Amino acid sequence: MLKISKYVLYDIIRNRVMIAYTLFLFVVSMSLFQMEENSAKAVLSLLNIVLIVVPLISMIFSTIHWYNSYEFIELMLTQPISRKKVLLSEYSGVSASLVTAFLIGVGVPVLIYNFNETGMALLLVGSLLSLIFASIAFLASVNSKDKARGIGVALLLWFYFALIFDGLVLLILFAFSDYPLEKITLLLSSLNPIDLGRIYIMLHMDISALMGYTGAMYKDFFGSSTGLLYTLVIMLLWMIIPLLLALRSFKKKDL
Amino acid sequence: MIRIQNIHKRFRKLVALDMINAEFNKGQVISLIGPNGSGKTTLIKSILGLVEPDSGSISFDGVAITEGVEYRRNIGYMPQIGRYPDNMKIGQLFSMIKNIRNNEKEVDEELYYKFKLDTILEKSMRSLSGGTRQKVSASLAFLFNPDVLILDEPTAGLDPLSSEILKEKIIAEKQKGKLILITSHVLTDLEEITTDVMYLHEGKVLFTKSLAELQAETGEEKLSKAIAWLMKHGLQKKEVAYLKIAK
Repeated sequence: MLKISKYVLYDIIRNRVMIAYTLFLFVVSMSLFQMEENSAKAVLSLLNIVLIVVPLISMIFSTIHWYNSYEFIELMLTQPISRKKVLLSEYSGVSASLVTAFLIGVGVPVLIYNFNETGMALLLVGSLLSLIFASIAFLASVNSKDKARGIGVALLLWFYFALIFDGLVLLILFAFSDYPLEKITLLLSSLNPIDLGRIYIMLHMDISALMGYTGAMYKDFFGSSTGLLYTLVIMLLWMIIPLLLALRSFKKKDL
Repeated sequence: MIRIQNIHKRFRKLVALDMINAEFNKGQVISLIGPNGSGKTTLIKSILGLVEPDSGSISFDGVAITEGVEYRRNIGYMPQIGRYPDNMKIGQLFSMIKNIRNNEKEVDEELYYKFKLDTILEKSMRSLSGGTRQKVSASLAFLFNPDVLILDEPTAGLDPLSSEILKEKIIAEKQKGKLILITSHVLTDLEEITTDVMYLHEGKVLFTKSLAELQAETGEEKLSKAIAWLMKHGLQKKEVAYLKIAK
């Protein structure tokens, strides 16, 4: 499997998009740390960028890469290599390069300016989000035969997770404001990896009190080590489940 | 060697393969012929596991192909349209395939050299002409000296010289007692190499006959004429049936 991943990586490295992505993250992170006196504030601004940009790039890049390596996948499948191996090698190649780009682009500035627990939490969340959204993108592209539709689905999913979901949650909270909703809000946030990531970092930053009553709730629940563990487990599930579903449909796919 | 039982496959409304039964053995050269869209490529892809049939089973050397992928080690496949990673060079493609196959020692590079691919190693796959692509596909199919060769329209797009080289190679492999499955619309190409003919029409096998049987039945020496005779014959039967309905 590593052998095939090596060729996937080799292909990605020659693609300049990954280098541009790394540079973009690096320049943004560096300038934020340079502009803000207080590095904790800079991390907060960086967080907002990471939560929007990382999922978007991970999804779009993974989708486009999938369709561009269709020939490669076909070729591999005429060799004595199982479909599972081909898909997992593709995934590990793509996700490894996304995580590397993130860790270089954001990780290096964070290590220089803000080497503490919050900084590490940011790096962990960013890496997990890269893995999660690459996995969701794989699911979307395995299930749609043509490229335009695949990219469309990826974009819609990104819109949903990054923008629409928050609106829906607000709507629910508003409509049912007469009822106790603490538990439900906890449950709802598990349905969106971006939300989970945000909460995970907020809790590390000690500003959860600013999030009002629910914030205190979160602190109460997530602040404990079991709570942190819970967020991480749910995020890992967000990575594994779409990948398994993608694998299942890929095994049945006609090429 | 390859046994196909009651294979059925439909793509949405289109029935691509309709209850196909067949058995292919060592030493046979089977020509799959039939009009466009008759299911030849789908049948080949089912054998390779690229297309999953809705029902039925295919076994290779007595083992169902759904059991694992190792059987593909014994198959050399030349696709109808060879599609390769665009930004790879010919040399890289070959070394990658060899590397993935664990650098199997016994490689057959006869075609690779005869097609002079070693002189254009630095050319990227993107820039190759259709014919050169076919040469790459052919060289890859024969590279690991497989027991079974599956060739989908091998001579389409090749110049007469290269086409002749490929045909000689196929004959040489046939004499080694390999099983060769070949589809083509150029019947004169098949004539020199084939031992059996399988005729597909709208996903059904119309007949499977050896060349000798065909010649005896139709009274024609040449494969192309024999097939033409049969097609005409078959069509006439159908026309009679339609006429009866019309009446």
